[in-house]
Amino acid sequence: MEQKHYDVIIIGGGPAGLTAGIYLARAKAKTLILDTGIIGGQMVLTHQIANYPGIESTSGYQLSTTMKKQAKSFGCDIKSNINITGLEIEYQAKAITVNDNQVYTAPAVILATGGRSRMLNIPGETEFKGRGISYCATCDGDFFQDKEIIVVGGGNSALEEAVSLTRYASKVTILHEFDRFQAFQHAIKEAKENPKIDFIMESHITAFQGGEKLEKVTYKNLKTGVVSEKNIDGVFILIGYVPNTEMLKDTAVKLTPRNEIIAGEDLQTNLAGVFAAGDSREKRYRQVTTAVADGTIAALSALEFLHNLKSK
Amino acid sequence: MILQTSLKHIADAEAHSEVLKNNENVMVCCGRMGPMCLPVYDIMEELQEEFPQVEFRDMLFDNPHAAVIRNLPEARSFMGLPFTVYYKNGKVVEATSSIQSKEQITEILNRELN
Repeated sequence: MEQKHYDVIIIGGGPAGLTAGIYLARAKAKTLILDTGIIGGQMVLTHQIANYPGIESTSGYQLSTTMKKQAKSFGCDIKSNINITGLEIEYQAKAITVNDNQVYTAPAVILATGGRSRMLNIPGETEFKGRGISYCATCDGDFFQDKEIIVVGGGNSALEEAVSLTRYASKVTILHEFDRFQAFQHAIKEAKENPKIDFIMESHITAFQGGEKLEKVTYKNLKTGVVSEKNIDGVFILIGYVPNTEMLKDTAVKLTPRNEIIAGEDLQTNLAGVFAAGDSREKRYRQVTTAVADGTIAALSALEFLHNLKSK
Repeated sequence: MILQTSLKHIADAEAHSEVLKNNENVMVCCGRMGPMCLPVYDIMEELQEEFPQVEFRDMLFDNPHAAVIRNLPEARSFMGLPFTVYYKNGKVVEATSSIQSKEQITEILNRELN
């Protein structure tokens, strides 16, 4: 088994992890970023970013590429699309096993694991992914020209994307589990005023059915218990995000009931030398800018932690 | 009309048939520069070293020549980008719609293009 030692290991290569990587590597700390997927994280999934200060307009992909280049230019090692098969972060010497055959050790770890789109996890969802079920309106909207679709969700992205999907679809039904929407008032108003949009409230989908493609959904009214079916060409599932903290379940890192990492103002968790940054930690606002701020704070706190460790 | 990735691109139908004629194992990912497609290109880039026997290519979905992928019978029911097609001796052996994980892609490569 191959072993390599670093000063800091960052788990997650989204804007929080990359920013921490830039700060740490620039401060001459030997730093490694590990990501189980693509570098850039959810930022890559954003077509256009127009509110990142200092840059008038860019794509999430472009911003990720630049941040990655910056981190690398300062000497940060980056590994993407890896599997984390072991995580020991309770003690002073922390060890992360990758792909069962490489062990990386460091006295400090930054957890910047981010989040991912929430799935419904109901029968047929995996089977019809890409055959009627989509999680990205901007990617797949044009496959639904003159077709009938459902948008599941009640937040800003669900309502805004439902409106944008009316450019293609003949009819859009918003299906939501509560009796009211969590979205901003202007988004709700726009959806309600759109003649192509209908609503099914207080209901959830219980099954997806079809042959080669999705053809039908079964849904249940949560108030009355009545089960109905609806013929449909497509379903867009836009029900928010879940934090990527499954890997922490067997560790002593404290999580909220929503599985978000709890960290203090210096972004240190309940474990010494373990910091949290970005969307996977408990916080109110999740933006690229707030992730970048988290990455900065976690990196500076980790540097202080390393300094104190050496002077002990 | 090509994608802005660091993979080798297929620019037209002729190039597509050339790649299939000259290589036993070919994986083509046909998509755009969008959130469901970029992770697949990224994974393909990384797998090139692990699967030297496979030719990894991408193709822009909006290129009119991408009809060679879009009109495949195997892609008839596809409604999610990217369309990813695996060829063995010029024949389609597997095709997927929408984003796939590294595990899913590796499994197909091991199963079909080894």
